[in-house]
Order: sequence, then structure tokens, then C-alpha cells
Amino acid sequence: MLTILRSIFRTGCKTETLAESTAIESGAQLLEAAIRKHFNSSLAIRQVDAGSCNGCELEIHAVNNCYYDLERFGCHFVASPRHADMLLVTGPVTRNMETALRMTYDAMPAPKLVVAVGDCAASCGVFGRDNYAIAGAVSDIIPVNITVHGCPPTPGDIIQGILQAVEG
Amino acid sequence: MSSAFVQMLQAVLLLLLAPLATGFVATCKARLQNRRGADVMQPWRNLRKLFGKEVVMAAHASWIFRTAPYVVFTATVMAASVVPALLVDTPLSLTADVIALVALLALARFFLALAGMDIGTAFGGMGASREMTFAALAEPAMLMSIFVLSLGAHSTNLTTMINHTLNSPFALHPSLAFAMVAMLMIAVAENGRIPIDNPGTHLELTMIHEAMILEYSGRHLALMEWAAMVKLMLFATLIADLFMPWGMTTDASLVGVAVAFALWIAKLAGLLLALAVIETSLAKLRLFEVPEYLSGAFVIAFLGLLSYYMLEVGA
Repeated sequence: MLTILRSIFRTGCKTETLAESTAIESGAQLLEAAIRKHFNSSLAIRQVDAGSCNGCELEIHAVNNCYYDLERFGCHFVASPRHADMLLVTGPVTRNMETALRMTYDAMPAPKLVVAVGDCAASCGVFGRDNYAIAGAVSDIIPVNITVHGCPPTPGDIIQGILQAVEG
Repeated sequence: MSSAFVQMLQAVLLLLLAPLATGFVATCKARLQNRRGADVMQPWRNLRKLFGKEVVMAAHASWIFRTAPYVVFTATVMAASVVPALLVDTPLSLTADVIALVALLALARFFLALAGMDIGTAFGGMGASREMTFAALAEPAMLMSIFVLSLGAHSTNLTTMINHTLNSPFALHPSLAFAMVAMLMIAVAENGRIPIDNPGTHLELTMIHEAMILEYSGRHLALMEWAAMVKLMLFATLIADLFMPWGMTTDASLVGVAVAFALWIAKLAGLLLALAVIETSLAKLRLFEVPEYLSGAFVIAFLGLLSYYMLEVGA
């Protein structure tokens, strides 16, 4: 226990102001302002993997790490669609996840937003639309507010996408 | 100031400061994880947003599901308002009985578990069964550790117990050390904190408290979460009351109340900071080890009882 505490204090705060990458920094500041305006400074996000290869999940996970630290802008990930304001959907929608995704969307309380993250969510990506296991892109199943492109998109792109969705 | 006013003041303060206390723990944890994290006001913002959101109800929800948030919130707030925070001798002090307090918390827990089972989802029922299993072990341990103090004060009334501690000369009682360790262990378990439950988890299989409120949304969820925050505040105040009541005022004068308030905040901050450090440096226990942890707390409280009889009776 003392070892871990010592290493915590030696490491110090690793959250950057993101000053060296000005695009992310300005995006993050705009995001903070937009969340303050539209969601009373509090945005709950539910992530659904509709059939992704987990590449996008790794990048979404990175958004929460101590470098990007999305939590400081009032965003947090929640465990249930009933608690959520925003749905992050990754991957092409497989036949097995089609109903689940629709039910997740229906379970969310209004006002609700959907962000499709990654090329697969946007247009089925490398898996292809005519694949027998795939029901379609996310926008074929539920209404999508914003699509974030990239395979996988960087955490900066994801922050930008969340921002655009919140601003409407 | 009249004592009735101070009573009202401390109940309202407990209610309003509860989200800040939870936010304080979250901020401390973020800093300990080398992140910046949200500020202490974030839980308040979450609650404000939730109160403005739509309520989505499952198709199978009965009246139990709809009324449970109000029952849970009211019972927890009632329990919190009888715990003396600033003034020892309040108008409600006759009702400030520890057994009544545990019963009020048990009522809240009962409705929380019912609500978890009402919808019929697998996770709700699982959370309810786990909560009740651990409650059956945690409640006797909590009562046992409080009885150690009651033995000296000859009462289970909180006001009498605090007065007894304040009026007796300062001495190190081995029995109180045991009781305090047991009480701290129980407080961590009762509030669903690491190493028992993880309030930040998204993994349904490890959830206890969160699993029961997965189906709630909007204002219902806000009430459930607020009740959990008040409960954390209640336990911190109770531990401060029982084991370090110094600084609490016995008359309702302005200076006395102001000093009591400052010391109360300092004690709470210390306890919550300790909680953040514990949560950062410990791993969550395996579910089947939780009963051992809780029976450990019971045994420690029982040792406190024994050491009271062996070392302190007649001393």
C-alpha cells in the first residue's frame, strides 16, 4: 500500500492541458461550454459495442485515461442506458446485436443523442454491407446524430464527435 | 439561536453537503489516479440534470418501483436528521436512538431491494440478493460496535452517548479502538465502497448497489443517488459523533455552533480523504470473501465488548 502511494505522489498529475495539440484543446474547451449549456454541465455516456473489433473501444477507453481525462469536463460513462444522455455505438450492427441496440435506444430517457464511432459504425467498414452476419450500419437501425470516422478514430476525434453531437 | 433552528440547520446541511462529500471523494480519487477529475460540485450537477430528465419506466414496473425512490430517500433523510452533527442536545434527541437509526436504514434497504426485484431483470434480483446477504452480516456487526459505547454510557441514545464521551476525562479505551475499527469496516461496506463494492463500476457481475438501480431514470434515479450520498454523509457523521465528538456544542449559541460546524467539516474531510486513499490503494474483494470481511468486523466489535468487560468495568 505504501509502495503504491509513494509511486502515486512521485508520478504527479498527468492530465495535460492538451496545449501542444491545439485542435484537441479548443475542442475540449468548446465541449465543456456546450455541455454546460445543453446538459447542465453533466453528460452521461453509455457505450454499446454492436459488433466491433474492439479497436474503437480501446480508443474510447483512452478518453478516460489520465492524459485525456474526459471526466474533468463533466462527462462520465454509466452502466445502464436508463442513466444515459448519449449512446456511443461502435462496430457494424451484427444480426445478434440488432434487437439489443434497438432496445438500448428505446430504454434511454429523452433528451438522447447517438454518436456512431468508427468507420464500421458509419458504413460497416471492412466487414462490408452484404455480409450475411451484418444487419447494417448504425444509422440503418437507430437515428444517429453524429458520425465519427476513422479506423479507429483517435481520442481527439471522439471528443470532437461528442462535442458536435451535444451542440446539435 | 433556538435548538430547534440548529436541528433544522444541521438536517438541511447534511442534505445539501452530501453531494459535495461524494464529489470530494471522487476528486481525491481522481488526483490519486494522477488525473485532474471533475470538481466537487459535479454530483450536484448530475442530480440537477437528472431531475430535469424524462422518466422511462419498464413495462412491468409496479407501484413498488414507482414509490421506492421516495421511501428510500425519505427514510435515509429521516435517519440523517436524527444524527446530531453540530448540537448534542437537539429537540429530536429522544428519537436519536441507534436501534431506530439502524431500523430506518433497514427500511430504506428493504425497499431498495424490492425495487431491484420488481422489474424482474436478472441484475436487479442479483443485486438485491447480494445486498440482503451482506446486510444480514453488516447490521449485527454495526449494532455490536455501537453497543460497546452504549455499555459505558448505559444508553443506546446517541445524545446520551455523546454527552458521556464529552463529559468523561480523556482516556484511551482499548474497547473503543476495537469498536472504531469495526465501525469503519462496516461504514465502507454499507456505503458500497471498495473493497466491498465499486461505485464506479460498469461491470454488472461485480455490482451490488448499482445493480439494483440500473432500471431507474430521471428524478427517480436522482433520488436514489442522493439517498446514497446522504447515507455516506450519515456514516461519516456518525463515526465522528461516536468516536471523536470533541468540538460539538452543548448550547445553541452562535459561536458554539460555528466552532462545531468548522470542526465537523474538518472531521468529515479527514474521514473522506482516508476513504479515497483506501479506495485507491486496495483492490476489490472477491464476492465470496465479503462475508469473511463482515464477520471479521463482527468479531472485532465483539472483542471490543469483551475488552470492555475485562479491562474497563469498575476501572
